[in-house]
Amino acid sequence: MPYVAPITVEEALLAMGDGAMRVVAGCTDYFPSRKAGEGEPTLLDLTRVRALRGISETPQGWRIGATSTWTDILRAPLPPAFDALKLAAREVGSVQIQNLGTLAGNLCNASPAADGVPPLLALEAEVEIAARGSTRRIPLSRFITGVRSTDLQPGEIVTALHIPSPPDGTRSAFLKLGSRRYLVISIAMVAVNLTLRDGRIGDARVAVGACSPVATRLPALEAALDGVAVCDLADDTLVTEAHLAPLSPLDDVRGSASFRLHSVAELCRRAIRKAVGQEACHG
Amino acid sequence: MDSVVLDPAIRFMLNGEDVTVTPFPGERLSQVLRERLGARDVKIGCNAGDCGACSVLVDGENVCACLMMAQQAQGRSVETVAGLMAGDDLHARALEQRFQDHGAAQCGICTPGMVVSAVALLRACPAPDEEAVKEALAGVLCRCTGYRKIIDAVLDRPAMPDEAGGGAGASIRRLDGRAKLAGSEQFGDDVAAAGTLEIALVRSPYPRAAFEIGDTQAFLRDNAGIETILTANDVPGENRFGVIPAFADQPVFAERVARFRGEAVAAVVGSPEAIRVFDPERFPVTWTVLDAVTDVEAALAGGAPQLHEGRDGNVMCGGFVTCGDAEAALARADIVVESRTGSGFVEHAYIEPEAGYAEMVDGRVEIHACTQAPVMDREAMEIILGMDARDIRIVPTGVGGGFGSKLDISVQPYLALGTIKTGRPVRITLSRTESMQSTTKRHPSDIRLRIGAMKDGRISGFDFRGDFDTGAYASWGPTVANRVPVHASGPYRIGDYRAEARGIHTNCPPAGAFRGFGVPQSAIAQETLFDALAEKLGMDPLDFRLVNALEDGEPTVCGQIFRQGVGITACLEALRPGWEAEREAAAAFNRDSAGPLRRGVGIAAGWYGCGNTSLPNPSTIKAGVTAQGRIRLHQGAMDIGQGANTVIAQIFATALGVPTSSLDLVGADTDVTPDAGKTSASRQTFVSGNAARLCGEALRAQLLRAVNASPAATIEPGDNTIAFVDGERTHSIPLHTLEPDAEGYVFLAAETYDPPTKPLDANGQGIPYAQFGYAAQIAVVEVDTALGTIRPIRFIAAHDVGKAINPMLVEGQIQGGIAQGLGMALMEEYIPGRTENLHDYLIPTIGDVPPIESIIVEVPDEHGPYGVKGLGEHVLIPTAPAILNAIHHACGVRLSAVPATPSRLSAAIREDRR
Repeated sequence: MPYVAPITVEEALLAMGDGAMRVVAGCTDYFPSRKAGEGEPTLLDLTRVRALRGISETPQGWRIGATSTWTDILRAPLPPAFDALKLAAREVGSVQIQNLGTLAGNLCNASPAADGVPPLLALEAEVEIAARGSTRRIPLSRFITGVRSTDLQPGEIVTALHIPSPPDGTRSAFLKLGSRRYLVISIAMVAVNLTLRDGRIGDARVAVGACSPVATRLPALEAALDGVAVCDLADDTLVTEAHLAPLSPLDDVRGSASFRLHSVAELCRRAIRKAVGQEACHG
Repeated sequence: MDSVVLDPAIRFMLNGEDVTVTPFPGERLSQVLRERLGARDVKIGCNAGDCGACSVLVDGENVCACLMMAQQAQGRSVETVAGLMAGDDLHARALEQRFQDHGAAQCGICTPGMVVSAVALLRACPAPDEEAVKEALAGVLCRCTGYRKIIDAVLDRPAMPDEAGGGAGASIRRLDGRAKLAGSEQFGDDVAAAGTLEIALVRSPYPRAAFEIGDTQAFLRDNAGIETILTANDVPGENRFGVIPAFADQPVFAERVARFRGEAVAAVVGSPEAIRVFDPERFPVTWTVLDAVTDVEAALAGGAPQLHEGRDGNVMCGGFVTCGDAEAALARADIVVESRTGSGFVEHAYIEPEAGYAEMVDGRVEIHACTQAPVMDREAMEIILGMDARDIRIVPTGVGGGFGSKLDISVQPYLALGTIKTGRPVRITLSRTESMQSTTKRHPSDIRLRIGAMKDGRISGFDFRGDFDTGAYASWGPTVANRVPVHASGPYRIGDYRAEARGIHTNCPPAGAFRGFGVPQSAIAQETLFDALAEKLGMDPLDFRLVNALEDGEPTVCGQIFRQGVGITACLEALRPGWEAEREAAAAFNRDSAGPLRRGVGIAAGWYGCGNTSLPNPSTIKAGVTAQGRIRLHQGAMDIGQGANTVIAQIFATALGVPTSSLDLVGADTDVTPDAGKTSASRQTFVSGNAARLCGEALRAQLLRAVNASPAATIEPGDNTIAFVDGERTHSIPLHTLEPDAEGYVFLAAETYDPPTKPLDANGQGIPYAQFGYAAQIAVVEVDTALGTIRPIRFIAAHDVGKAINPMLVEGQIQGGIAQGLGMALMEEYIPGRTENLHDYLIPTIGDVPPIESIIVEVPDEHGPYGVKGLGEHVLIPTAPAILNAIHHACGVRLSAVPATPSRLSAAIREDRR
């Protein structure tokens, strides 16, 4: 039974058994990771499970089915709070990748440079996980536990993401830094969600990717942004070294650690200003 | 409840036809399409979703067939480029015409992916803007065109191709363009029948390691479907090859010690099923890791392990040119500047990995593979196989990009040994990673340069010392060492000159030929230091170059004096309006911009000698007329996308006096077509073009003599006849009445051309080339000083080609060369063991290449056919230094190494501000 394509979640969980199967959907990470002569795993293909794909509004917010693709995100009528996620979706590889690659796959692959993670952190996404006879939900920030590692237990599959209703008027921005225009693995990226009331920032959530083993929010920066007037955003000291303390960037072929720290501060400033947008300064 | 297990057979619509196949679990859709359903129009470039060549539409959505599990196609509709072209898709049909009218397909390997992506876009959005086109096509990499003509074609911008019959000077469509658009051109992996025995190589995982091969008999016993194993013991001739006979040093299979990561030590030959599950790590070989030297400094250090006997201190060879007295001139110069610049390995990154097929036919070995040099391949195989040339046939396939690396043999020996040992047809296709690990690269460089000048701007003394990392084997390293000192002056008059270049062995992949043979590296050093000098002198960089530009009648640094044809001043002057306008625009932009964006405009020039350096370099072109009245041109100059099939035919047709469209082309098959030399050194249009002109003239003379027509007569080919209109008179030859020769020809001509050169003496003085071509380019960039990112926004390129045989193809070369130069300048660096795929090794995408204005300068050369000069390599020589000069102009930072990644530039900017 080397290839199984269930059509319901229950069937998928049954087939999972003790978790020895390799779960696949868009395969955009699966195939590139294959090595010559590598034995074939038993494959559990989730793309036929209808219930796992689709984006819908719920009383509490939004539900994004696990096998929804990046193209699905781009085509969905989502509120402005999802703009960062949509911008990230357009940066995931190419149209070809976006048409196959799934959100849950991006999370389960747990690359430090996964484009989808910072916007989903800024949206405070929760991961819905099913096992035989149970489901659980955990915050995305606890789902990815390290480089290429997640909290997913044997026998479990990710079934959906839940996005709590964003505060009214949430604005959102995403910036990615790479060495070429398209098809590029991030050197650093930043997603920002925030609200504006009376010319002041509220509900700020800033998440950074590719600068630590797991993409992370910057709580000190978020706190510092609370109540900041739009007029003061031009201040280059808006983002300080202390705000970036949760980051631990590496030196690699894409850039040095010091470059990442330097540029991520600038990306944060720009993303905050971009999220604020054309809001006039009434100072 | 049981899980739903899919029936192992799947059924879907392929190009409107109902198909049923049984893939293995987890088989890629691309493999099912190519191997089970014969859709070889779906091209494989990377098997990782990085290049997009395999793009197909599934239920109308664009996907990489290499990333889609075949089982997921169940019940869906799959469209490939061949289906789109053969069907009635109006967008595909329109794109087919527009791509040809713009010359938007060069080698053609990415074209199916481009067209499929464009069809998906146009179906959703029939009138897209440029941004939409870029986004839709961003998933497909092209290494030849620089993307601009592809954008023009998709946007349906005006194109003005000349009529199909056009001769020298006409922008006719590529003669082989239709097959590239339809996906029917056969590249290296497209020849073998499905099910053919496959070859897989066992390679060293270490830069240097001793090894012993274990019990191969046991391995064969335990691995059903593996037919045989090949090692050094199976090489019947010499286990050694190399493009320069005196330096031939590379084994087909390493013996006892592997000298670089990725070097082949053994091969297995087996059924596709057996090769699919073959894990090289289970092959019986034991490794003993040895200390390796992986850069020039380590290789030159005392006590460093020596790679080759007789090459003491790991110095392979050197090149040297001197004239006047560089030291004395530097001592008397008013100003002296100096620099040390460096560059890393650059990968050719053609989208077609090396691939081929071989079989035994009547006791002869026939090798079908992608190549830039079929006759050199045969010469190498004679030595390796210990066989007579008559028993070896090289049939070049389509070449999905070469840029120098496919001058060396790669898959050929394994194919030949495999078919000889098994007696059966065999095939091999290198994976992207194998291709990157094992084939040649551009040499890393470490260059120290001092240049002096007098206050009036005239150069006074030039001292150049460059070390080039040639990797584990010589390949074209000696050529780099020889060419660099001849070219390092740039196209300038420098009376007191000394230049020395060395090739140094390291335990890295062999560095060989890559568009420019070391000259792009030396041009970075020279052209950026020229800017530093101009700055110190307070001179405009363009004026400074013009003051020193070489003119007719002045000696080069080799003492060669051209009485005519020196075109650098014409190129530089052609740039003046653009230079002044762009410098002004940049100043205005920077004045008005308070943010981190700074604009800069840089200029650089270059020259390049066409053909071999002071060595014979002949081409032969043959053509015949059949009894049926067909004119067949045996065109042996390998077309690797640059357009030799079209340009050589245009020259021949012009000389013969017939429309180009009346010719039938015969390719570079070594059994039927004479040697037109290698596609290298920007020589084909010049050297093979001259042979084609001579051949056309000779055939014309024969035909006119046969009917006693005057030299002014026109020739009109027809069915079974050739007619001649000679003033008032007409003649005809009833060809079917003549006795054809063994090849079926009733008239036959073959002519050879060899460019006149003379050897260089110990000081590098002599006549290295019959001609040089000249180039100058302007780069306009925007630097984001806060992030260190660089966005080229425009290029203006003036190239002296002597005579543009096909201006559309000339533009294609310029744009493609600039894209490669841009990649070298900004993003490309091959690091063994780290950037061995196309997502860690970055080449420019469609979003990275800005508009390019080409200015074709025609200063005719007395040797070139109709005045032609070579072009292929000139196009990227000025690009990287022009970009570096533009970066300096924008933000005041002079980078000493490429690529200028955001990380490097940002560090330099921060350092500068300290």
